[in-house]
Amino acid sequence: MIGDLEFERPITDLRKKIDELKELTKTADVDLTAEIQKLEKRLENLQDDIYKNMKPWDRVQVARHPNRPTTLDYIPQVFSDFLELHGDRYFGDDEAIVAGIATFEGIPVTVIGHQRGKDTKENIRRNFGMPHPEGYRKALRLMKQAEKFGRPVICFIDTKGAFPGKAAEERGQSEAIAKNIFEMAGLKVPIICIVIGEGGSGGALALGVGDRILMLENSTYSVISPEGAAALLWKDASQAKRAAETMKITAQDLLGLGIVDEIIPEAKGGAHKNDLKDQATAIKDSLKHSLNELLPLSTSEIVEQRYTKYKKIGKYEIEEERNLDRIKSV
Amino acid sequence: MLKDLFTKNKKKKYATIPSDRDQQDVPEGLMTKCSGCKKIMYTKELQKNNKVCLHCGYHHQMTAYERIESLFEPGSFIEIDRNMLSVNPLGFPEYLEKLEKDKQKASMNEAVVTGTGKIEGYDVSVAIMDSHFRMGSMGSVVGEKITRAIEKAGELRIPFIIFTASGGARMQEGILSLMQMAKTSAALKMFSENGGLIISIMTHPTTGGVSASFASLGDINLAEPGALIGFAGRRIIEQTIHEELPEDFQTAEFLLKHGQLDAVISRTELKEKLVNILKIHVPGGEWV
Repeated sequence: MIGDLEFERPITDLRKKIDELKELTKTADVDLTAEIQKLEKRLENLQDDIYKNMKPWDRVQVARHPNRPTTLDYIPQVFSDFLELHGDRYFGDDEAIVAGIATFEGIPVTVIGHQRGKDTKENIRRNFGMPHPEGYRKALRLMKQAEKFGRPVICFIDTKGAFPGKAAEERGQSEAIAKNIFEMAGLKVPIICIVIGEGGSGGALALGVGDRILMLENSTYSVISPEGAAALLWKDASQAKRAAETMKITAQDLLGLGIVDEIIPEAKGGAHKNDLKDQATAIKDSLKHSLNELLPLSTSEIVEQRYTKYKKIGKYEIEEERNLDRIKSV
Repeated sequence: MLKDLFTKNKKKKYATIPSDRDQQDVPEGLMTKCSGCKKIMYTKELQKNNKVCLHCGYHHQMTAYERIESLFEPGSFIEIDRNMLSVNPLGFPEYLEKLEKDKQKASMNEAVVTGTGKIEGYDVSVAIMDSHFRMGSMGSVVGEKITRAIEKAGELRIPFIIFTASGGARMQEGILSLMQMAKTSAALKMFSENGGLIISIMTHPTTGGVSASFASLGDINLAEPGALIGFAGRRIIEQTIHEELPEDFQTAEFLLKHGQLDAVISRTELKEKLVNILKIHVPGGEWV
């Protein structure tokens, strides 16, 4: 199939063989039905085997797949009455982030997400889903609006990272990201974040502070891209596969580390192989029960629980004071 | 003759290594060469001037403890959480060895020193990052210590001052280090909601995840002259936009020009300006 990935090669090959046999049965005067059935059974087993044992690097490829559904694919499936709202009111409208108001199962919500393109033309328009400060400021403007009207905020995370450019630095990329994280931490309405593709570093976190962090099964979330980590740590970007394993970036890893609350299942081989409706239904189910837990809470309970959630993240140990003689005292 | 040639070569292999006694003749560190103007001056004089070059004003990096000495009333600083140590949560190869090496080299446990102290009579809670330890990178310990220092400021209802010096998130702790941006910012948000004063002083270098979290979240954001401050690395930007960047790109002065800072303040005047800010933020003022 077009768009198959390296690790899927055995499946692709076997499928091709089956298709050839089918073709042969049609054209030549031989009956290969039994043979085809046998191979189809084997294909099923092979798929189970490969998709169940996906390595972190395989998932990175799936998360980056050009056909993987994006924020704008999910919005009409998951929400009703969506109206996109534009602009940060200071500088411009960054199309690497889409945002607007909608209803979810009858409840008014604000929806915000990174938006990447699926082809070159769209990617240029969307800047490959890598926002500038004005994108983050638009997101913040609409979060504060959601707070005013008591609407929950749903964020879709799908970015390689915030855009590393001259203009972005001049307009305060750091400040824009910092301000979003800061304001999201104290926002007085429920926030649910769903990582649907790549969660790249601070650029992802700027839409990623919430009461529930959900991740699609094959999405990734990391402090730096595997390529970047490899270049930095081993001075060799081709070690990305090794970095992907060492850095613990898959949904399964993050669930284990207590960063993610829930994994949303995908079809075998990834969301791009699923019927979009089915994938949207899986997202809807998770959203529904997360909201069910959050909506009854008071404003102060929400903010306090969010604070506790983040306060707990981190691993360290406390050494006894007497062992600290080497440290200078003032 | 051929043989002579070989002996000549052999001789060249010897280098002169000064004996221990020779080295002692010039006490180590008596003189320091400025990293800015390359002029040589007495280390003691440079120290007295808070490591600011007497000729060109270049700001040499300070250690966290030097900063404390230069800022606080003698004996007023009480360090907290200095016994909090990093572990290796992802089982990252060679991480613990690197930590151990920096503990010895920098004579500190982690890349930030936190505590409370008095600056000219004003009580403050501070976090002072030190780039001599793992490039000042932020892992779980740095995030937790800063968070506790902010909470301490909230408890005691005193201002919170942070000196940043960091290359960003600590790669070896992966997603946990990224989440420290959220943890520290959440603490600042709560502190801020309760009316707490936050002063951020960005020193060289303040980049990546640190610049994109607490460093940029002060009520007042200051920077030292010449400090490198930015989100993305210069090389990455040049590769992305295929364009050479101006020489002053991502310096404190560049940020000031683009409206990203309240002021760039020389270290020699910093204490005086800090006291000025603290004075203005005493609740209700100080009626004279």
